[in-house]
Amino acid sequence: MAPEIAPQPVHGAAVQDLRLTLENPLVLQSGVTLSPVTLAYQTYGALNAERSNCVLVCHALTGDQYVAGTHPVSGKRGWWDDLVGPGKVIDTNRFFVVCANVLGGCMGSTGPKEVDPATGQPWGLHFPVITIRDMVQAQAKLIDHLGVDKLFCVIGGSMGAMQVLEWANRHPERVFAAVPIAGSYRHSAQNIAFHEVGRQAIMADPEWAHGNYLEEGRTPKRGLAVARMAAHITYLSEVALHRKFGRRLQDREALTYGFDADFQVESYLRHQGYTFVDRFDANSYLYITRAMDYFDLAQENDGVLSQAFTGTPVRYCLISFSSDWLFPTEESRAIVRALNAVAANVSFVEVESDKGHDAFLLDEPEFHQTLQGFIDGTAEIRGLPGRAKGARP
Amino acid sequence: MNAPRIRVDLQQVADLVPAGSRVLDVGCGDGTLLAYLTRFKQVDGRGLELSMARVRAAVSQGLPVIQGNLETDLKDYPAGAFDYVILSQTLQATHNPRAVMEELLRVGRRAIVSFPNFGHWRVRMSVMFGGRMPVTSTLSDAWFDTPNIHLCTVQDFIDLCRLMGVRIEAGFALDAMGQRLGFGATSKRANLLSEQALFVLTRA
Repeated sequence: MAPEIAPQPVHGAAVQDLRLTLENPLVLQSGVTLSPVTLAYQTYGALNAERSNCVLVCHALTGDQYVAGTHPVSGKRGWWDDLVGPGKVIDTNRFFVVCANVLGGCMGSTGPKEVDPATGQPWGLHFPVITIRDMVQAQAKLIDHLGVDKLFCVIGGSMGAMQVLEWANRHPERVFAAVPIAGSYRHSAQNIAFHEVGRQAIMADPEWAHGNYLEEGRTPKRGLAVARMAAHITYLSEVALHRKFGRRLQDREALTYGFDADFQVESYLRHQGYTFVDRFDANSYLYITRAMDYFDLAQENDGVLSQAFTGTPVRYCLISFSSDWLFPTEESRAIVRALNAVAANVSFVEVESDKGHDAFLLDEPEFHQTLQGFIDGTAEIRGLPGRAKGARP
Repeated sequence: MNAPRIRVDLQQVADLVPAGSRVLDVGCGDGTLLAYLTRFKQVDGRGLELSMARVRAAVSQGLPVIQGNLETDLKDYPAGAFDYVILSQTLQATHNPRAVMEELLRVGRRAIVSFPNFGHWRVRMSVMFGGRMPVTSTLSDAWFDTPNIHLCTVQDFIDLCRLMGVRIEAGFALDAMGQRLGFGATSKRANLLSEQALFVLTRA
């Protein structure tokens, strides 16, 4: 029997932290059995009587379950607050929105930071390597628990897009519409390379202590900050960086002929790095980047991506951004080609933006309009009510 | 619900598509025809469009449209994926119209193709007496501006179909607005009197 759901609208209300501990151990893709598994999640809006209005949002590498409203830790707006909320594109007056911290994460779901009940110590590097499939497997248990057979929509950007593709590929009968944004069907060599730089930076920090920093009361701040700095560059475009900072100097009139942060861009990156370490766990960063590296939907299907989609009933909408060089449009187009090869129902838009990969998190009117159209059109086909008259587009 | 009126030439195409068909609209623009077919003929429709701005306009209406080039991207689709593939007023702007026709009829069991008729008397007059490339309501761009690089007459098109072994199921002679004239596109008069033509083709 499905439990009664009484989700709390988050806007204006205190965030209610939700947790689900799975009844059974999770058999991971690696063959390792993981137990116990807890997922920390948030819900917004209410599930309808038909249980047909559930939207699962999948977060990116350093995202979390706090999609909308105010983040309880940082006090900032949720990472997709522009898109998710009452009257917004993903309208919580119409949809029951669910987002869970991924398996391996560090915002309450089971991950290397959490205590392994077998040892009483944080998992650290004893935590098994997890994959995108494992993340989705855990989410599927959560969706079962919420009493939802079929999701109206699974949506996410970047690593979230990988989860969307995995959902639609692994559970096509449970997904009405899939929206992978700024994503790919496999992590490219270049992207694996960037991740490796990040991981090496963490592991090169003596404070990392071979992954045992939590037991030893240490924090590999420098390593994690450098990892974040390197990654952050990949989220922006050259144009966006230049527009924002150019070669302007930071709080000084002239070069100092030293290695202090002379340039604004250096100062900005250092800030990005050091604020990141306050909210993220270094080992989680290792595990989640690894999960992304391992993702390859084509290889799982004998190297033929279209085989992943054969006979799919899922309606796809792919969105990419013109200046995204981390997950370039060509990656989305490869998915579109594979979907065309099985004559699947697919929409595909490249949004003109100079903001790089990060554009999927930003207020990009063209992106929001496109998504709005797809969601409203698809909701109509699913028999869900339309947007309230006068709601802002 | 009563169907609204759409542009006459699109309406002509829409009228040829049976309800509930699987349709690919190649060069679907902002999705006007596709939206009509989806809503009022319950087709399972898809669109392919070159202009990203138009693709965004179509997807923003909730239509399954992708950005792509018909000359390179039709090959992605499996054979017989659609009941009807529509190519409206675009064939004359392709680099390789014959190859495009092959692909239309591979992907679709039927193709609906329309194009401006370069054999229309006004076109002939323009060249013969004006000594200049024609600018008419169906050929509205000057020669240096036009996207039309492979213009043909109705008769040329019929010849191509014959050459390719393509069967013409129906052919309609249309005026500049897209209204049907009182004779078919395969009639003798059509090559001289129709401003555009609309064909239903099949390999079957």
